[in-house]
Amino acid sequence: MNNPSYKKNFLILSVLGIVSFFLNISLGSVMIPIQDIIAVLFGKNASKESWEIIVLNFRIPKAITAVMVGSGLSVSGLLMQTLFRNPLAGPFVLGISSGASLGVAFLLLSASLFGGFLASSAITHWTLPIAASLGAFLVLSAVIFAANSVRNTMSILIIGLMFGSFASAIINVLSYFSEATQLQQFLFWSFGSLGNLSWNELLVFGIFYTVGMCAIFSIIKPLNSLLLGENYAKSLGIQIQKSRNIILLITSLLTGVITAFSGPIAFVGLAVPHLARLFFGTSNHKTLLPATALIGAIVLLICDVIAQLPTSEYTLPINAITSLFGAPIVIWLLIRKKKLVV
Amino acid sequence: MKNNILHTENLSIGYASKKTQTVVSENINFNIQKGTFVTLLGKNGIGKSTLLRTLSNIQQPLKGSVFIQQKALKSYTNKSLATCVSLVLTEPLPESQLTVFELIALGRQPYTNWVDTLSETDITSIDNAMQLTEIQHLKHNHFYELSDGQLQRVFIARALAQDTPLIILDEPTAHLDLHHTLKIFKVLKKLVAETSKTILISTHEVNLAIKFSDEIALMTENEFHTGTPQQLINKSMFDKLFPDEMIRFDKTLQQFVMK
Repeated sequence: MNNPSYKKNFLILSVLGIVSFFLNISLGSVMIPIQDIIAVLFGKNASKESWEIIVLNFRIPKAITAVMVGSGLSVSGLLMQTLFRNPLAGPFVLGISSGASLGVAFLLLSASLFGGFLASSAITHWTLPIAASLGAFLVLSAVIFAANSVRNTMSILIIGLMFGSFASAIINVLSYFSEATQLQQFLFWSFGSLGNLSWNELLVFGIFYTVGMCAIFSIIKPLNSLLLGENYAKSLGIQIQKSRNIILLITSLLTGVITAFSGPIAFVGLAVPHLARLFFGTSNHKTLLPATALIGAIVLLICDVIAQLPTSEYTLPINAITSLFGAPIVIWLLIRKKKLVV
Repeated sequence: MKNNILHTENLSIGYASKKTQTVVSENINFNIQKGTFVTLLGKNGIGKSTLLRTLSNIQQPLKGSVFIQQKALKSYTNKSLATCVSLVLTEPLPESQLTVFELIALGRQPYTNWVDTLSETDITSIDNAMQLTEIQHLKHNHFYELSDGQLQRVFIARALAQDTPLIILDEPTAHLDLHHTLKIFKVLKKLVAETSKTILISTHEVNLAIKFSDEIALMTENEFHTGTPQQLINKSMFDKLFPDEMIRFDKTLQQFVMK
């Protein structure tokens, strides 16, 4: 367990993490010289005041968002894969992301259905996250309720998928009846975005994220014994139902708050745990959890750099980048290893 | 009675849903003495696994109760039971990249702290378990690389590392050839002799059961008999084990022969 090669791997990943964080801050549509970025990072003045504002109020919040989104989604994916003992599980399968989308869809699209009631209440930065969290929480409550009356974890997986397609169907109906401008607004949200968060929003995001991540320490033991299956886990003294509910709760908290602030971001949650297993060659969660979080943060920081199309004025949707890179990685893993394991 | 590690009172086992109850076997009364090697015999589908699952609290009894160390099974928490009974099940392990050492180390979970740190006692237990089952050389292998026989000994080591007075194994010799079957029986017998643990297994190896067991529990359609192998032979109990069209039990050979 205290394999010395793990230390080396963590060292490499930490260096990679710092480099990609720095890269993420230094590249963008506006070219800022490296010495100015370093100056701003160490609290000194840059040679142009606008550069200072760009770095402090846009790029650093965006990089921190990328770290939280990447690590949070990846860890959620790992929890789902262990709980359902299914290598294709991820935060999306429980329908939590769809639930968040449904909340946002109701907020943005239902105006034309129900008249001016919602449209009149101004859509601010705050209403989106609240709507998304409510949607995620609603679907999660339904899934947990179902989970407690169904004993088989595979059935919960299917129930989650069903809730997901149910939510998608409602979103489709809403989209059909809504106007072009609102549809566009919803579409842009669903592309995913790491930017646009103010320091205040980042603080709220950070609090939820920290609560979720800290709670994971309490379930390292159940997660490890679940690798043997539920019956063995029970015989090792684990309370299956309770552990399962905690895992579901943490996942939905993390996924819900991330989707709320940055939109539904695909593939990170599914692909990163596999990268971590490949890199460390272990299933032990004590190693795998920090590894997954670290790799997730790095992956999203790099994806964001690519999405920026450095030095150009254009920004690609982050969701397009994660899928463009995520899908081939999963295919490559499958071909190379012949099979994916949990 | 003081020496009982496990006994049942009017136990009925089976499966219950909201409306129907499927009784697999009822009125099971037996007890197991500390430090014995007990085998559970019965034909396929008679309910051996159901009984073992009920005894280990994986499923609930329909009626009656199970007592472990004179204490009702119902009154144990999962955690306190984990220090009294350890299991080797027939179900295949979900795929993962656990190594042999990590798999056995999971047996220490009832004793480790909240982040599963292994203490020196834990490491010693794991090493002992590997030594007794002769699998030290496999320590760093992934479990999916092992043969069925090796894997079975790893499972036994995991149960041993859990350090419980009672170990229950469901058909530990299924899928194994004669050599490896014999090896498992010898390992289990050695454990009972050297560690004074109590071991209960279900098996189809009647001959080996007669040779190795301190006691045999026989499950038939309507009855449940326990006794030393010789007692059961003398009472012609083995004739009831299988329908007698094709085979019969030969008392002098102490084994089943074809008719």
